[in-house]
Amino acid sequence: MIEFDRVTKRYADGSPAVADVSFTVPSHKTVVLVGSSGSGKTTLLRMVNRMVDPTSGRVLIDDVDVTTMDPVRLRRSIGYVLQSGGLLPHRTVVENIAIVPRLNGATRPDARERALTMLDTVGLDRDLASRFPAQLSGGQQQRVGVARALASDPNILLMDEPFGAVDPIVRRSLQHELRELQRTLGKTILFVTHDIDEALALADEIIIVAAHGAIAQRGTPTEILTRPANAFVAEFVGVDRPERRLRLADAAGVEVVTDASGRPIGTLER
Amino acid sequence: MELLLQAFSWLLTPESWTQQGGALQRLFEHLGVTIGVVALSAGIALPLGVMIGHTRRWTTAVALLAGAARAIPTLGLLTLLGLALGIGLGAPVLALLVLAAPPLLAGAYAGVQAVDPEAVDGARSVGMSEAEIIRSVELPLALPVIVGGIRSATLQVVATATLAAYTSDTGLGRYIFSGLKSRDYPELIAGSLLVIALALLLDGSFALLMKSRSRAPRSDRQTTTIPLERNPS
Repeated sequence: MIEFDRVTKRYADGSPAVADVSFTVPSHKTVVLVGSSGSGKTTLLRMVNRMVDPTSGRVLIDDVDVTTMDPVRLRRSIGYVLQSGGLLPHRTVVENIAIVPRLNGATRPDARERALTMLDTVGLDRDLASRFPAQLSGGQQQRVGVARALASDPNILLMDEPFGAVDPIVRRSLQHELRELQRTLGKTILFVTHDIDEALALADEIIIVAAHGAIAQRGTPTEILTRPANAFVAEFVGVDRPERRLRLADAAGVEVVTDASGRPIGTLER
Repeated sequence: MELLLQAFSWLLTPESWTQQGGALQRLFEHLGVTIGVVALSAGIALPLGVMIGHTRRWTTAVALLAGAARAIPTLGLLTLLGLALGIGLGAPVLALLVLAAPPLLAGAYAGVQAVDPEAVDGARSVGMSEAEIIRSVELPLALPVIVGGIRSATLQVVATATLAAYTSDTGLGRYIFSGLKSRDYPELIAGSLLVIALALLLDGSFALLMKSRSRAPRSDRQTTTIPLERNPS
């Protein structure tokens, strides 16, 4: 369990990045922080592995304050997927994935074997192992990023807009695969995105973040969609958007679901 | 033209090379001074430059300082140092150290600073210590620029090491100074040609070194084009 306890982070000039934020991420659940850019959601995420230290307040992992832990060892025990991938351009795919096992003391052949297994896990061909990141597509790079984060089998996975830079079709398939992966792995995932649809697709729980990390609402995807707490959330979720207001229509005996403007989306199964 | 021919004939005379204090000995002295000065200067400037590039602190101050240091006239500095230290190799070596430091420093900090911050952030966030980041991320990625700095420093030093003969009987500069004084222009030209040849040789070695490194499989990413496939799923 990750617990944020009245966390504040101020920049050097004194202006707050996040102000007095408290929430918890239950073990083995996927919690998605969603908010517009500059809302402080990435700052919150980076406090978990001490890439950022709070100005005041505490971040606790299983009741231990992270500031009491050595940052390097803490980071090696937490998986982190960056938006850009953050892969080392001069290292091959397999070397990139093997980094954390190597840092944790695995021998070179063991780390390599582990890395190749991770390629299978994230659905990449082993033939890609000796390529360099620049020789991969954006979607493949993100898979390598996920594989690297999972390589040392961490309990916690931090994901900072990992699918933000890939095209929508690849993004959807990556989201789907992450869900499948999570079903078997059961990691504690803190996921940051500005895309509410991504949050709805992945989250056990969604936290909608307004300015400075202020929590506008937290709840299951269904709760967020059906009972937005205020106008900000309703606007952010887009409850009035045509594709959110679905209708039933009858097409020659088949029940068709359409959006508010009457465009068909799918058929209804009873 | 005739002077040039005489210079070549001087170069083709075996005694010019083999006698005590001859060209062969001076060539090695010159090379020794160059390598020694660059190595000594690199020992100070490279670690400093890498640290500055890594921490990204004082970069403006160092850039200004290095720029200003480039403007120091080496002959003037050598004269000052020579007056203080007297005859010997001490003054020219110190002056040459000052000459070599700016390109070395600039290559090191600019190279490290130019490493993609996302890659460094990624390395740090998976749990690399600062030393590991420098060793296995920043140094390998900055290496071409750092070597470029060493190359440029070496060229400047090998050309300017002729001044070593100003206060000591060392290196190929002797031919230039004594040739000027005794109006032995063929000897002066021959000495200059040897300096030029040595400079070209060193520069060529660096070019080969950089080329062979960029052919190594680890960094062939810039030269090979593999068609990018759309993600299969």
